[in-house]
Amino acid sequence: MLKFLLRRLANYVLLVVIATSLAYLLAASTLDPRANYEGRSPRPPEAVVDARLSELNLNDKVPLIQRFGTWAGDVVTGDFGRTWEGNSVNQEITRRVGVTLRLLVLGVLLGSVLGVFAGAYAAVKQYGWFDHGATLVSFLILSIPTVVIAVLLQIAAVAFNEATGTRFFQYTGEYTPGLQGGLLTHLGDRLQHLVLPTLTLALSQIAVYSRYQRNMMLDVMNADFVRTARAKGLTRRAALVRHALRTALIPAVTYFAFTFGALLVGTTFTEKIYGWHGMGELLVNSIYSNDVNSVAAVSCFAAVAVLIAALLSDVLHAALDPRVRVG
Amino acid sequence: MSIAAGRAPVLEVSDLNVTFGSGTDAVRAVRGVDYSIAPGEVLGIVGESGSGKSVTSLAVMGLLPDDARVSGSVRLHGQELIGRRDKEMTRLRGKAISMVFQDPLSALTPVYTVGDQIAEAVRIHQDVSRDKAARRAVELLDLVGIPSPEQRARAFPHEFSGGMRQRAMIAMAIANDPDVIICDEPTTALDVTIQAQVLEVLKTAQTETGAGIVMITHDLGVVAGFVDRVLVMYAGRPVEKGLVDDVYYRPRMPYTMGLLGSIPRLDTGDREPLVPIEGNPPSMSALPPGCPFEPRCPLSIPECEAGEPPLIPVPGEGHSAACIRTQTIENRGLTPRDVFKAGPAGAVARGDRAGRPTVLMVDRLVKHYPLMKGAVFKRRVGTVHAVDGVSFDIREGETLGLVGESGSGKTTTLMEILRLAPPQSGRVVVLGRDTAKLGRNDRMAIRRDMQVVFQDPLASLDPRLTVQDILAEPLTTHGLEVGSRVRELLGLVGLDASFASRYPQEFSGGQRQRIGIARALALEPRLIVLDEPVSALDVSIQAGVINLLESLKIRLGLSYLFVAHDLAVVRHIAERVAVMYLGWIAEIGAVRDVYDTPAHPYTQSLLSAIPLPDPRKERERRRILLEGDLPSPADPPRGCRFHTRCPKFKSLPEAQRALCVDQEPELRPLGGDQAAACHYAERLEVV
Ligand SMILES: Nc1ncnc2c1ncn2[C@@H]1O[C@H](COP(=O)(O)OP(=O)(O)O)[C@@H](O)[C@H]1O
Ligand code: SF4
Ligand code: SF4
Ligand SMILES: [Mg+2]
Repeated sequence: MLKFLLRRLANYVLLVVIATSLAYLLAASTLDPRANYEGRSPRPPEAVVDARLSELNLNDKVPLIQRFGTWAGDVVTGDFGRTWEGNSVNQEITRRVGVTLRLLVLGVLLGSVLGVFAGAYAAVKQYGWFDHGATLVSFLILSIPTVVIAVLLQIAAVAFNEATGTRFFQYTGEYTPGLQGGLLTHLGDRLQHLVLPTLTLALSQIAVYSRYQRNMMLDVMNADFVRTARAKGLTRRAALVRHALRTALIPAVTYFAFTFGALLVGTTFTEKIYGWHGMGELLVNSIYSNDVNSVAAVSCFAAVAVLIAALLSDVLHAALDPRVRVG
Repeated sequence: MSIAAGRAPVLEVSDLNVTFGSGTDAVRAVRGVDYSIAPGEVLGIVGESGSGKSVTSLAVMGLLPDDARVSGSVRLHGQELIGRRDKEMTRLRGKAISMVFQDPLSALTPVYTVGDQIAEAVRIHQDVSRDKAARRAVELLDLVGIPSPEQRARAFPHEFSGGMRQRAMIAMAIANDPDVIICDEPTTALDVTIQAQVLEVLKTAQTETGAGIVMITHDLGVVAGFVDRVLVMYAGRPVEKGLVDDVYYRPRMPYTMGLLGSIPRLDTGDREPLVPIEGNPPSMSALPPGCPFEPRCPLSIPECEAGEPPLIPVPGEGHSAACIRTQTIENRGLTPRDVFKAGPAGAVARGDRAGRPTVLMVDRLVKHYPLMKGAVFKRRVGTVHAVDGVSFDIREGETLGLVGESGSGKTTTLMEILRLAPPQSGRVVVLGRDTAKLGRNDRMAIRRDMQVVFQDPLASLDPRLTVQDILAEPLTTHGLEVGSRVRELLGLVGLDASFASRYPQEFSGGQRQRIGIARALALEPRLIVLDEPVSALDVSIQAGVINLLESLKIRLGLSYLFVAHDLAVVRHIAERVAVMYLGWIAEIGAVRDVYDTPAHPYTQSLLSAIPLPDPRKERERRRILLEGDLPSPADPPRGCRFHTRCPKFKSLPEAQRALCVDQEPELRPLGGDQAAACHYAERLEVV
């Protein structure tokens, strides 16, 4: 089993390398950091710009392949180079990674767990009010882009705050700058800021998972083995949870790897809208500012995140399904 | 039987009715079922698929879906169960009444070990520790005959063979010492050798628990020696019941007679023709007012349509039948053969085999598969010896039956023949042409002359095609005129010409198989290869298909290679039989010789495992039980492949065993048309 996972890991690492390299090549050949200087007034002399760009390994007069070589050489040693302003990309990323991961992990956990339970419950109560309601809401959420959901949530939060005369929901930034108070106050403040973005991400995950899990559960609920479990003397609920749901979780886990990519995209928008300084925001900003190295670094982060999700999904799959484990 | 007499019944079912849905499309699945069983008694419930057997049992267990409406009474130890709350039923299920389901593959949860699932059953009803329950699970597995039970308890269901899973199901059912065990077709889909083992285990289970057993089956043959009383169901209703001897020897309802007559038997002197029940069971949502069996009943008279006949007593203790003509049957002493139109008598090979041309010759055929492991990067970890040197030939106008347990290599042999390509080793000669030397056009020509019929031939077909398209397809592929051929073909297989415009899904299993046969006949082949063509069908329907194949062979001068796991069926249709075991032929010869005096210990055990639809003979019969399952073909035993399970080997003195273990036996002729691959072959009567 371990061997199998290691081989999978090797595969994925190769994929990350390819994905990141392609991202660099694409960014380096389409983005134009030189334009950042040309727009300035007074316009700096060409030689100065060239020297500066060369220093940052961003000079389009250097052949692409050579720039790629330099970049790759640095990346191998763990250095993602510099932003066009000359700051270290590594530092930029270190600062932002935690912000994004907080959103991602919470969104995934909340989304998949709630989604799976909502889906399973809808299946058990097929054609009941919960099932109908869940179906309706899920399709509604799935048909609205994340951006719009984020904005709608903001509007709702504003309305709530005004109606109650509080500032319960916070919708810009990760925390209130210059807040006075102890640790608890700060923690509470961060949580208040966390609610809306997490919800934005989780909602679409819940919608996706609940649809998927509902179908999986319906497939399994009438399976012979659930009937056997009932014939043994288990209550309906115990048979459904211990036998049906447990078995129906297996496909949901493999599904996880697929939905993760979409979640990353969602995170990018969410960060931008709620003013979180995370990786998604960095990506958007660096494309605007023709910042090749940052774009490549964010791509690498995304690839690694997908890799971890896929690996996690493999491990969970093996943990849940003895048929894979033994084979 | 005797133990049951006089005891208070544990379970009494009376006037049980189950309806699904409502309004005009309500399905009345069960209508007025009555039975009772005493402790230690075995009741057989028999009927074709769809007759309401499973629904009856699920109603007793209280496990029907919510849209089922149940009325009537089910009493356990005198206590009414119908109308109880699910919570109360939960306490009884698995404890007072337990159930063994049909398909042991899907009936166990794939993600828990077998031991855990049995232990769960223990812990639901008994207040014991986890450890103790686990130990009890191991004991139970041991009781039902699972070898090295401590280790096997930790295995998952997919690591068990079909027979072992069914044993595990039985272990689960007896975990709480129930008073009633309902077994819903527990041996359907199992090989005969395994079926015999499972029935043996059920007997053990019964002695262990003293429970009353309800044994459901569609095959009267299976339960003859096992049950005390029989209840025959048709269209959701009991149509005959009584003591097993009365029902088997003196059936009084034409349907029961049909069921009995349609069973291919091993114990009748010469091959007697089978008597199929024509037609199909009625739809349960629109039953005609009269006797539901009337459309299929050869004895029906106009009065039969007047009303549904009630069960009326006929001679014999507790014997009753739902038919208005029982008196006539009684007076004239009618037997199934008198009532139903028998098919053609089994054709006996005409003249000298040697004088007829060979249509198929297989010589030392070998097919090995690499055994792969790993999900992404596959690597070879061994070799599956699927077919390992198989030789036989088929002469014109002859049927060779190829039999053996599942996994013995029958289908692989057949696929190798159909491939029409050079085999890995050995030779295949089809209609005089060596498959190693065929060009494209030769192959096309041979494909015309050699056709194939699968277990469910329409399963692989486009459901959007009509029967017309399906039957015309081979003709157009070979550039032939379709014209009136489709009508002809349908007529040939006994189907109405109007079926041409309908779709495969609209047909029953037997009808579909007839369409499959019609398709195979379209190009007027000389040789037809049949892979388990009747094993998915009910016995009553199977008989009709067998008779059809028989008469087509005579009329059209066909030759068949007939692959089946059921030896009784093969006896009816084949002149010669080859018995396969783990990729090789254990015994081959004329059906009469091989069935009357099998010489290979494997053939002997197979034949002895086949149940006879004759209660007295069954009760007296001593079986040669095979132990365990087929070994893995990836690692066949050394020397004689059969030695790990051979009953003869076990009885041999040590000195003689060495030969079996060291040397692979060759097929040796034994006089007449019979040869066996056993060092100690000895002809023996076993049936
Ligand atoms: N859940 C259900 N809903 C509707 N009809 C059903 C249901 N279960 C069984 N039936 C119908 O009840 C009849 C009897 O079925 P069943 O008891 O399974 O027959 P058997 O076990 O004798 O093969 C069939 O016509 C079947 O289609
Ligand atoms: S009542 Fe009539 S139709 Fe029904 S079984 Fe008897 S003879 Fe046949
Ligand atoms: S050769 Fe030996 S082991 Fe094989 S079948 Fe004969 S007696 Fe049994
Ligand atoms: Mg059934």
